[in-house]
Amino acid sequence: MVSKFTTRYSYGGDEFLFVELSEEMSLDVNFRAMAITKKLKEKNNPHIMDICPSNASYMVRYNPDELHADELIDELKQLEDSVKNLDDIVINSRLVDVPVLFEDPWTHEAVMRFRDRHQDPESTDLEYAARINGYDSKEDFIKAVTDSPFLVSMIGFVPGLPFCFQIVPKEEQLEVPKYVRPRTYTPERCFGFGGGFSVIYPVQGAGGYQMFGIAATPVFDKEQQLPDFQDSMVFPRQGDIFRYRSVSRDEYDAVREEVEAGTFEYLKQDFTFQPGDVLEDSHAFSQKVLRRLYND
Amino acid sequence: MIKVLKPGLQTTVQDNGRAGYYETGMPPSGALDQYSYAVANMLAGNKKGAAVLEITYMGPELSFEQDTVIAVTGAAIPPKINGESVSSWETLEVKKGDILSFDFVKQGARSYLAVAGGIDVPSVMNSRSTYTLCGIGGYEGRALEGDDWLSVGDLKERNIKTGTRVKEQYIPDFPKNHEIRVITGLCNYRLTDESKQRFLNLEWTVTPEANRVGYRLKGERLEFVPREQPFGAGSNPSNVVDLGYPIGSIQIPDGVEPIALLNDAVTGGGYATVATIISTDLNKIAQAKTNEKIKFTSVTMEEAMQARKDMKQKLEEVERTLESN
Repeated sequence: MVSKFTTRYSYGGDEFLFVELSEEMSLDVNFRAMAITKKLKEKNNPHIMDICPSNASYMVRYNPDELHADELIDELKQLEDSVKNLDDIVINSRLVDVPVLFEDPWTHEAVMRFRDRHQDPESTDLEYAARINGYDSKEDFIKAVTDSPFLVSMIGFVPGLPFCFQIVPKEEQLEVPKYVRPRTYTPERCFGFGGGFSVIYPVQGAGGYQMFGIAATPVFDKEQQLPDFQDSMVFPRQGDIFRYRSVSRDEYDAVREEVEAGTFEYLKQDFTFQPGDVLEDSHAFSQKVLRRLYND
Repeated sequence: MIKVLKPGLQTTVQDNGRAGYYETGMPPSGALDQYSYAVANMLAGNKKGAAVLEITYMGPELSFEQDTVIAVTGAAIPPKINGESVSSWETLEVKKGDILSFDFVKQGARSYLAVAGGIDVPSVMNSRSTYTLCGIGGYEGRALEGDDWLSVGDLKERNIKTGTRVKEQYIPDFPKNHEIRVITGLCNYRLTDESKQRFLNLEWTVTPEANRVGYRLKGERLEFVPREQPFGAGSNPSNVVDLGYPIGSIQIPDGVEPIALLNDAVTGGGYATVATIISTDLNKIAQAKTNEKIKFTSVTMEEAMQARKDMKQKLEEVERTLESN
């Protein structure tokens, strides 16, 4: 694939460097950011404190007393050249089943509370999103969200929040505006959508994404009690592939009980892939991923 | 041990912060005014990186259950021991049973109380700093409350004589009008040329929404260059495809009320960022109070590096003068 990017390097004060690979989101550009930051990590430069891959960009926090910003930029340019061809990049991923209760009572309460901050106070977030994406019903829209898995393209905002980008051809990508004015309250584990990204809010707090439902399972566990959180308070990793599965209230309650009891473990499979596998035929890739997750 | 009689408005345990977890969405936290924080530890004879109490606007009331040495730096929130005024920026002696309290804030917003040995709370991800949004670090992940008991650690490095005081030239003043230096860039190409200028020429007012996450500022609406929004960004002209936010970066949601992010920042999101406060001036904005004025000045990387050098040198001089005491 030939892509034209004019990468922009910008100082974020004296300690951060911001690198924008593209103004537009695509799977291709996310893989590129992943590849560059992965190579940078492998260099173990002691003067680099944080490497933060994001959706179509990335950020580096460094010690400017030891490493000049412009030297770092030169190095990053070389790294970018070295990953021009994504063929030799391998992504270590996990396929994860994430049960979501759409139109749950807790999210609905929050949806109704902030109607005055919304583009369309007469609809719910889900009705509005379905309509502007050209779906006849919210059920059809939910089907579009749940039929194909999402790539975890960035972690951030607050600890553990996964930004997820659906693995479908560009013309099938869903997109919704963010709230006109951000909310002061979002329920914990709320499943939201803003711009081209779905998210799960790890903790209760502010937010500006459309709210569709609630995940039964946590993405952040500061006590690290659940088996999936033994190594980190934060579950999602960039490169993971999440399948959001619509569940009934009964299944939701059953999963919640397991979470509360500390016994819940995500249905997941380790999986490695190459960007080319996805970019050549995203439908075929998505189908393969679902078979692997549920049948293997 | 130290007993908290009254917690003050918001008193948290902080140190030099939590590096290396930004990519998981974990901000560094740590003392907002790192200069005052470092000097407080020096005056108490502590090792670098020891945890202190960060006091906001209104001080706590603390009862010391042991003899020790303390120091208060940062904003002028005048300390009192057993009701008697004592000096800030000076090594103070407290005896078992003494009560430390504070007068009303005179200048600045945040003071730092160092106790010889440091405040001892469990280290979480290599830092004792409190990140209240997620309840991580510090004293049970939260600001202090009445009847909390603070343990004192063993990070004392040397004895500093009671009455040792930092020379006047090393004590920052805390004006009501703040000149904050930034490096412009990030996504400022999104602003019209006129708005880029206005951002730097305007006098911004600190709103009541000013905390450790960030400061929201009031001024006038700024305009973005019209465009067809790139895929994934969202429809508002202030939206970009969600990206990382540097500490100190300034975003302008919908063109109104810029938000300058501080140490408990949200680590990323979908608003165009237009400039970043240089590291030395994060100390200064942390001392700005609600309704005070802020003017942003654009500097080059070389100027930012010079400011950094000056501050480092200042801290080394303070350390040397204290050692020779």
